[in-house]
Amino acid sequence: MNANVTNLEADLRELRVSAPPAVARRALVAVGLADEYASVASPIGDVLVAWNGRGVSFVARAGDDTEFERRFVAEVGRPLARADAVPDRLANAIRRRLGGDRRAAVPLDLRNRTPFEVAVWRKALEIPRGEVRPYGWIAAEIGRPKAVRAVGSALGHNPVPLVVPCHRVVRGDGTIGQYSMGGPEVKRRVLTSEGVDVDALVDLASRGVRYVGSDTTRIVCHPTCHQARRIQPAHRVPFRSLAAAAADGYRPCRSCRPVAVAA
Amino acid sequence: MDDTELARRLASDLDGTFETLVRTHVDRCFSIALRLLADASDAEEVAQDALVRAYRALERYPAERIRELDLRAWLATITLNAARSRRRRQADRRPPLSLDAVGSESRSAGAQTVGSSLASLVAGLPERYRAPIVLRYVDDLTYSQIAQVLGRPEGTLKAQVHRGLALLHAAHDAAEREELSA
Repeated sequence: MNANVTNLEADLRELRVSAPPAVARRALVAVGLADEYASVASPIGDVLVAWNGRGVSFVARAGDDTEFERRFVAEVGRPLARADAVPDRLANAIRRRLGGDRRAAVPLDLRNRTPFEVAVWRKALEIPRGEVRPYGWIAAEIGRPKAVRAVGSALGHNPVPLVVPCHRVVRGDGTIGQYSMGGPEVKRRVLTSEGVDVDALVDLASRGVRYVGSDTTRIVCHPTCHQARRIQPAHRVPFRSLAAAAADGYRPCRSCRPVAVAA
Repeated sequence: MDDTELARRLASDLDGTFETLVRTHVDRCFSIALRLLADASDAEEVAQDALVRAYRALERYPAERIRELDLRAWLATITLNAARSRRRRQADRRPPLSLDAVGSESRSAGAQTVGSSLASLVAGLPERYRAPIVLRYVDDLTYSQIAQVLGRPEGTLKAQVHRGLALLHAAHDAAEREELSA
């Protein structure tokens, strides 16, 4: 009996096993110490999206997985593993967000970024689909009106493009400007897919038009503001500057809050 | 790195050290969960959940408290709690494991499936014996650590482990007899 008990105790110790490797990896991903990635459909084709338990951490167009992993490790510096797909809830939120639903909360992991950068990205999230704002608008809205170049730089370093719509921020002169996901042509494609008439925008810009007012409401807007788009052609009044609009008795729209910006 | 050093580092640099804690203890958490629940995919979920709970707790604890943790006993406690909450969540979805029917379970399930598989016999032990047996032998905790984890006096635990071993023996013998007569 004693020998049997000893055997039994030894046999019980044999019931210790190794955990499948996925357990450690998933725990680290859940607490945000490692990330997973998978591809997601977007207006410019499939993009790769990395996430962890805190939120989406990185989005890029990449030729292949190796390039994406290399860029992720260089910029974010955490371990990264390929997953089959983005988890359902996150995938739905991303899909709704890319589709223009601003109520769709996509959690973002923006740790180790400066408060200024995070403020710029959060502000860009407020720009509705189908509209654009100049860099100077973001600068003014976050209380740093002179930091226009720094805003441009922060947008260029946006780790989660498309999810944070930095493509909706354009140059003060109305031309569409640079885009980290692949240059102006890609930016144009994304904006067009969102319903922005980019040609009309560039046309206005080339004529020096920065704002549009309505002579019935005496309100002046950014040209792509949803309020401005409702103005009948007969009542549409172009302005080169806010000062000119103010001189004619126009007040700034409360929705798009136009600010005087330099090119 | 021993657990005292690990606790010291967790206290000063949680994010830089947590992965080491995971790598050092993940097999234990998984083994405890697997032997309590007898289901590998449940055990994976529970082990993962336990490690996440551990991280969230360490985020909140003052450094002093982290340094003084007995990591082995502490993680065993979290794993046990995670296993309990998983079982509670599942109670609605599927019938619970039979907790008090070592003999009847092996008989009803048939010798060919349960047989003398020790893991199945452990899974069939009544709850009050199963956790002490798993913590004592599968996880190799001391009685003083098990007392911490389960909140029972050491004397009670020793009696429960003794009784648990006896039940396992009886079940094992019964299963063997059945195999012979089959």
